[in-house]
Amino acid sequence: MTKILIKQGRIIDPANSIDRFGSIYIADGRIISVTAEPDGFRPDQVIDAIGQIVCPGFIDLSSRLREPGQSRKATIKSETLAAASGGITTLCLQPDTVPVIDTPAVAELIRDLAEKAQYSQVYPIAALTQRLEGAELSSMLALKQAGCIAVGNASQPLRNLLILRRAMEYAASHDLLLMFRPNDYWLGNNGCAHEGAMATRYGLPGLPEAAETIALAQCLELVELTGCRVHFGQLSCQRSVLKIEQAKNEGLPVSADVAIHQLHLTENDMTPFDSVYHVLPPFRSETDKQSLRQGLTSGTINCLCSDHQPHDIDAKLGAFPETEPGISALETLLPLMLKLVDEQALTLQQGIARLSSDPAQILRLNSGALTPGFAADVCVFNPELNWRVNSENWKSQGLNTPYWEQTLKGRVTFTLQGGKGIYCLLNA
Amino acid sequence: MADNLQLNDEGKLKHFLTIEGLDKSLLTEILDTAESFIGMSDQQVKKVPLLRGKTIVNLFFENSTRTRTTFELAAKRLSADVLSISIATSSTSKGESLLDTIRNLEAMFVDMFVVRHAISGAAHFIARHTAPHISVINAGDGQHAHPTQAMLDMFTIRQIKSDFSSLKVAVIGDILHSRVARSEILALNTLGAAEVRVIAPKTLLPAHVETLGVSVYHNLMEGLKDIDVIIMLRLQKERMTSALLPSESEYFKCFGLNEDKLKYAKPDAIVMHPGPINRGVEIDSKVADGPQSVILKQVSNGIATRMAIMAMAMQKPGMTS
Repeated sequence: MTKILIKQGRIIDPANSIDRFGSIYIADGRIISVTAEPDGFRPDQVIDAIGQIVCPGFIDLSSRLREPGQSRKATIKSETLAAASGGITTLCLQPDTVPVIDTPAVAELIRDLAEKAQYSQVYPIAALTQRLEGAELSSMLALKQAGCIAVGNASQPLRNLLILRRAMEYAASHDLLLMFRPNDYWLGNNGCAHEGAMATRYGLPGLPEAAETIALAQCLELVELTGCRVHFGQLSCQRSVLKIEQAKNEGLPVSADVAIHQLHLTENDMTPFDSVYHVLPPFRSETDKQSLRQGLTSGTINCLCSDHQPHDIDAKLGAFPETEPGISALETLLPLMLKLVDEQALTLQQGIARLSSDPAQILRLNSGALTPGFAADVCVFNPELNWRVNSENWKSQGLNTPYWEQTLKGRVTFTLQGGKGIYCLLNA
Repeated sequence: MADNLQLNDEGKLKHFLTIEGLDKSLLTEILDTAESFIGMSDQQVKKVPLLRGKTIVNLFFENSTRTRTTFELAAKRLSADVLSISIATSSTSKGESLLDTIRNLEAMFVDMFVVRHAISGAAHFIARHTAPHISVINAGDGQHAHPTQAMLDMFTIRQIKSDFSSLKVAVIGDILHSRVARSEILALNTLGAAEVRVIAPKTLLPAHVETLGVSVYHNLMEGLKDIDVIIMLRLQKERMTSALLPSESEYFKCFGLNEDKLKYAKPDAIVMHPGPINRGVEIDSKVADGPQSVILKQVSNGIATRMAIMAMAMQKPGMTS
């Protein structure tokens, strides 16, 4: 029975309304006590957390790890290590792998690979429809039993609302959460940049907000009709925040997240034609960014996600519209959250909650908190430590980040998953 | 373009990718340099040795007759060795990436790429990744920019109208898909035109088009009032099948330029078109071939203007007259 002591840090555990200095006691993979030393506790390992923050390990609701199918871009091993180094102990994997997560075999393969890697734990999200084609339902129950935590559309538009209705009814029958990124097929119209002044200036095919808000509004109507629990992922505009707020006021069982980079960058921050800024949904206006920030503060938007999408170099080498969208984002999640705190968009407690207890609640996991009895998923970070985003520090196989060669503040020094050290910053 | 990718350390033209980021004096220098080449076409020997020994590759990933031909002639009149490649039917269809195509041509020691590509940003991408001694001229990228067309049109306007500051210019038609329109608007605003208008139905205007520095009209007759220069844009047939417009005839009725509608502009207004023209769709033959049309003058001026841009990008500042 391994005993670990995380000594004398500032413990922030939003779910238990804790923010005080003290130690955490871990035995046999579980938290046994917070601040109060259990009788006769003799640690096998002591982690010095003086001057650091100790909080629940982060739970990321949307990431791509590229395995199976695209291991030239990244692997489960490389990306779960990157996650661990970013304090993320649990990842939800979007179903658009190759093959798609629409059979128990694929889900089990992913679970196996993640278990072998021994870093962060990975929950596959099952495809809502077979091959994500929007035509036939996936075997949701079997996928749930194979370890899938939810069903999702992985950004693929659902053109047929009858199929969506039935999929939601079926998911609701098995009490499965639908993780939905709203995106209308027709209005999307191959857009690659926010339909605004920048897209107009640079002649880039625009993606209107309505492509998101109309799909969102349709899905909200179907929530009302079917009673399916829906989590809306990676929202990008003010009007989406307003719609979620309204739906929540009406008592619909919905929640939402935003990708961290949407809270920091807008269309105006993009270096023209620089493909590292090619993300979907696209960077939108300053107004949208501010609304998303306010939504996160008020809790209308429940949590932050990385929307991690690692790419190989070739995927980003080309004229902007022809490159693949996405940012490698696991390792910048914490520093960019802390930047929001610095900019007074959030309190530190809120920021940690949006990364831990809030997503845990959506997934109905007994984690995201330092509650005695819970698995010891813990992140220790130094909020003042500056580090440079470069190949020396970067773990993800995807180097596609707009923060490359920039200095960020706040760095994870130790990550525990299930009481096991999965990351330790050397020379911290 | 916010970055100075187009300019070298001395602030001189290195690549010519877009009008954006180039100031009035540089645009004027291009026009003045073009002026120095304009008399050449009448001479017995239509050549100057400015780019002798230089190799220019015209890389056309998209079909073009006029632009490619005038670039080719411009290069030849500057005594460069010129090679034109149509890649639409070449290696990229075999799966070769844009960068690989460029690298292979670089390995053949070329000095300049003239690039046309169907995707916005392609010329920037090439300029950013090509070897440092190579200049890139954008001959049209997607819906983004066609800066040499804009400059030859500015040249044509200046030939006839002299002063930009008193000019009201209307750009008419498919602004949404037009790289020509974007470059014309930028050039006109940089050169200080009094007013630039766009006239089109909403389906053919990009979002927030007014941020480009234009006033917006949806009615041709209203928009033509007091106008000195009319720039018509080509209407692609596929706009009808993608529900942007109901029919050619309805478009012609609303936005097609005929003699009656031309009367709404100033009596000495000139009519321009980057070509190829769709007679009876955006412009009536009587106007296209009429006394106010300068469409063929634009084509002739295309050679001198492109010579000027190529020479300047290779740091050979024109002829001393």
